[in-house]
Amino acid sequence: MVSVRDLRKTYGSFTALDGVSFDIEQGETFALLGPNGAGKSTTIEILEGYRDRTSGDATVLGVDPGKGGLDWKARLGIVLQSTGESGNATVREQLTHFAGFYTNPRDVDEVIAAVDLGDKQKTLIRKLSGGQRRRVDVALGIIGRPELLFLDEPTTGFDPEARRQFWELIRSLKKDGTTILLTTHYLDEAAQLGDRAGIIAGGKLIDIGGIDELGGEGSRIPIVRWIENGQAREQHTTSPGALVAQLGEPDGLEVIRPSLEDIYLKLVGAYEANASSFPEEAERPAL
Amino acid sequence: MTTIEIPRLPPGHTVRLGVSRIGYEVKSYFRQGDSVFFTFLFPLVMLTIFSVAFSEQSFGPPGSEITAAEFYLPGMLAAGLLLSGLQNMAIDIAIEKSDGTLKRLAGSPLPVMSYFIGKIGQVFATGALQAAILIIVAAVVFGVELPSEPEKWITFAWVFVLGATTSAVLGIALSVLPRSGKSATAVIIPISLVLQFISGIFLAFSILPTWLQNVASVFPLKWMAQGMREVFLPASFEVLEQGESWNLEGVAIVTGLWLVLGLIACRITFRWIRKDS
Repeated sequence: MVSVRDLRKTYGSFTALDGVSFDIEQGETFALLGPNGAGKSTTIEILEGYRDRTSGDATVLGVDPGKGGLDWKARLGIVLQSTGESGNATVREQLTHFAGFYTNPRDVDEVIAAVDLGDKQKTLIRKLSGGQRRRVDVALGIIGRPELLFLDEPTTGFDPEARRQFWELIRSLKKDGTTILLTTHYLDEAAQLGDRAGIIAGGKLIDIGGIDELGGEGSRIPIVRWIENGQAREQHTTSPGALVAQLGEPDGLEVIRPSLEDIYLKLVGAYEANASSFPEEAERPAL
Repeated sequence: MTTIEIPRLPPGHTVRLGVSRIGYEVKSYFRQGDSVFFTFLFPLVMLTIFSVAFSEQSFGPPGSEITAAEFYLPGMLAAGLLLSGLQNMAIDIAIEKSDGTLKRLAGSPLPVMSYFIGKIGQVFATGALQAAILIIVAAVVFGVELPSEPEKWITFAWVFVLGATTSAVLGIALSVLPRSGKSATAVIIPISLVLQFISGIFLAFSILPTWLQNVASVFPLKWMAQGMREVFLPASFEVLEQGESWNLEGVAIVTGLWLVLGLIACRITFRWIRKDS
């Protein structure tokens, strides 16, 4: 569905993307993770056709996204990072209007119910709260029954309950066979929804793999923490049970299996530590 | 890699969606309080002010004096064309550019032509309603006698259609000027106001110095107003025009030229989004 090879994007002397490659298979949900400014949105906007790439190859549904026509756009669903429109239409009017752009749209009532805006459907969009407007964005992204859905930080501004409802919605889209490319700041969201994930930092893809494989096996070794003589201690061990049995009943005893968030922070932290030593290297005279 | 076959969108799609855009655009227009006041009601407010303020005065050459309402009606109709077309489009589209509306549409399968059909349809629908209200208020409230000859109304019809189209197209072209939605009114309204002052809308064209008349003659608004004067003013006013003639050919030629210029400018400058901004 999506194939990206050595994707590069530069703005003057600034390199936003520095050789990113990945594939997304049909029916898969791929999460793109990374700090702010790492290149997530640049990547997704190149694939949506909003930005031109400097070099490298990209195909989306078999088409170069820089040259995609209306027929191609009709098969995509796009939820941009920032919500857009003056909002002088009601939720229902807006969805009905956009549904008309597509040949085989989803039912407007079903979509309104799926994003839980039933009691707001006759409200002007500009009068909705931020989280509600975001749900309208998501609804507009799926109204055309897309084969490929781009979600750029879709749940920003959602309360925890709305986020869980959104996850349910995405799961049902996955069940329908929708392929999804998701960027998010919430690692639990990536863990809940993603089949695979890529981590971008400084315009480079620093790791890619199944959600359970990121960071390599070593990064998932459980950690045992406890307090000994008033000092916090921690130990990585593949046999936490044995260690705990040996420790007895110390204060503050915890066994932690590193979450995706822990692994992510470690990967990005390691990358940034490397990157900060990079300028010295760059200053060396070229041989 | 497998090639995926892309189903074609049905024919007639562009026009059908364009028509659906008109309804959507007109509805949005009337929900925006400031556009309703500054573009839709403004000429009516001005007509009322002039008619009331100058109710004791009469206008025109001795022997064929007319009331203020009669004198100002054609100018206000031309102003309506400018406001509903140029001012409305330029501000509206600049705002849509900056608030993300166009970015969203760019990612949808809406054809650009459908978007333009919607915009121009909105200008026609609101402009026609505005003109109708102006004429009705002028006739009913201020007792303006309307022309009875069909030729006059034919002239009105083509001046309206040509004027509204040109004005709308120029507005779309001008929408590239404001750098943000917030600055849109500040950039566009002065242009529109200056044009109105030099084109015989608020000030009688015949009292302007010749050089200023010549400057105004470069722009289409002066000609739209002149066309409207031919329709609504008595024949005795023709001598007050440049060259002592209504010069309807001039109205058609200059306005038509601006239409062509505007279309070329739109073709060159209009983009859904500024890529890489």
